[in-house]
Amino acid sequence: MTSSTAAYLCARGVRKAYAAPGGSTVALSGVDVDIERGTFVSIIGPSGCGKSTLLQIIAGLVPASGGEIFLNGRKVEEPPPPVIYVFQQYQRSLFPWKTVQRNVAYGLENRGAYDAAEIERRTRELIRLVKLSGFENHYPWQLSGGMQQRVAIARALVCRPDVLLMDEPFSSVDALTRAGLQELLLQLWRELKFTVVFVTHDVDEAIYLSTRVVALSRAPARVAVDIAIDLPHPRDQIATRELPRYLEYRHRLLAQLFAEEGLESTARAAA
Amino acid sequence: MTDSQRVVFWRSRWLGVAFIAAILAVWEIASASGMVPSLSFPRVSAILVTWWEILRSGELLRELLPSLLRMFGGYLVGAALGVLIGLLMGSLRTVYYLLEPITEVLRPIPSPAYIPIVILFLGIDDEMKIFMIAFASFFPVLLNTYSGVRAVDPVQVQTARTFGVKGRKLLWQIVLPSAAPFIFTGMRISLAVALIVMVISEMVAASNGIGYFILAAQRGFKIQEMYAGVFTLAVVGYSFNRLFLLIENQVLAWHYGHTQQQRN
Ligand SMILES: Nc1ncnc2c1ncn2[C@@H]1O[C@H](COP(=O)(O)OP(=O)(O)O)[C@@H](O)[C@H]1O
Ligand SMILES: [Mg+2]
Repeated sequence: MTSSTAAYLCARGVRKAYAAPGGSTVALSGVDVDIERGTFVSIIGPSGCGKSTLLQIIAGLVPASGGEIFLNGRKVEEPPPPVIYVFQQYQRSLFPWKTVQRNVAYGLENRGAYDAAEIERRTRELIRLVKLSGFENHYPWQLSGGMQQRVAIARALVCRPDVLLMDEPFSSVDALTRAGLQELLLQLWRELKFTVVFVTHDVDEAIYLSTRVVALSRAPARVAVDIAIDLPHPRDQIATRELPRYLEYRHRLLAQLFAEEGLESTARAAA
Repeated sequence: MTDSQRVVFWRSRWLGVAFIAAILAVWEIASASGMVPSLSFPRVSAILVTWWEILRSGELLRELLPSLLRMFGGYLVGAALGVLIGLLMGSLRTVYYLLEPITEVLRPIPSPAYIPIVILFLGIDDEMKIFMIAFASFFPVLLNTYSGVRAVDPVQVQTARTFGVKGRKLLWQIVLPSAAPFIFTGMRISLAVALIVMVISEMVAASNGIGYFILAAQRGFKIQEMYAGVFTLAVVGYSFNRLFLLIENQVLAWHYGHTQQQRN
């Protein structure tokens, strides 16, 4: 798998079965996805279909029961340094005994590539980018949910990862905060040019952010729909969401999700 | 005294302090009036005078100092081993299955029961006492550290792993601070245990130390000195606990803030 035609990040026949009382739960049944460098790919699907599982397997955090992940042609076994995972539960993911500054510096400190002054400089730069300057010496629990998620994003990006894996990162903040975080993420993505795999159960969020949306079926999950999102950048929270093409994508993906949920009549009525 | 001040008093520590003062006053009067045998219950004022005298002559400190050195030597060794082995038991299944049964067998035996055995091996000097204090201090720290490690949030461990942190670094950077609130609980219990075992081991076999001093005073009918020794232990125990809480509040300030916010 080192041929130059292979995509930057590939999932090949990824399966996952969890041991469960009286048998096993099959979460993923052969998922194939190819992700090009620099793209923004969202993965949507019904709750419990295996989105988090897939993302954790891509991150090397959870072993697959079958199939393989390749990053830049190399098989992923351990969490690869260029890939950083941002957890859904940001309150639990930030270290409560570390200040904002020390949380953000955490990834860099363990790379051993920079001296203390350089770590400090890069950390401050990222804290500025996520608009948290002045909060360096606060603790995570002294911040609002949206601010905490921005700390988690800064901590992930300070390492300059090639791939950012995000598991429903904005699902537990209010709508306005979410819009702000979406803009921040898109802006950072355009500036720093990393690849994003973004899990969400929100169709609108997926279309708005992405260059491509992959919809998974109910568990055991496979790829059900895979569409390129051809909408102009930079996107606009109001105008983009009113484009006819946006509504077309939305229609197709919602119909697919409703069908998965056994809500065919609703889907047809909407059509 | 206004109404609001009265409410404050009835719901403050001063109520408890006044209660202690009242007990001492009753003791003083009962002893002075001969209602209780003044040989076993000397007047509190007389005990305080004796206390002051042995404090000023340096006699009390001469006994207390070796006791405190033993206690801290044993406590620090026991607590350090408890943290270390607790971390290993909590994070390595093999170590857990190896050591869990033996700790469960040894733990319920009251530590003083080991003293005769330990005397056979280590004699009756400092080695025996420090070993006993370390041994008894070890278990509460071990069990609490183990529980703390098991309670570490897997999301935090996974977060560290995505940043390439594993093995000993993971234990040191993530598991240890996460488990710190549990470890402090264990260390606070062990501090009280260490004081108890220190006194008992000195009463069983010693030629100095505060435990020895209290027992020797009783045998020599120096009852006021005996009480003065016991009062000294009350002051020592109270001060250590306060000091410990002061340090804990500093080190775990993040933990109190964090749990406060979780509750809101
Ligand atoms: N650690 C685990 N142990 C056992 N079952 C799990 C575990 N993680 C997830 N599952 C199961 O796998 C399925 C997919 O879970 P998940 O990947 O979290 O779905 P999603 O993120 O799409 O909601 C669910 O049925 C879930 O109960
Ligand atoms: Mg999930």
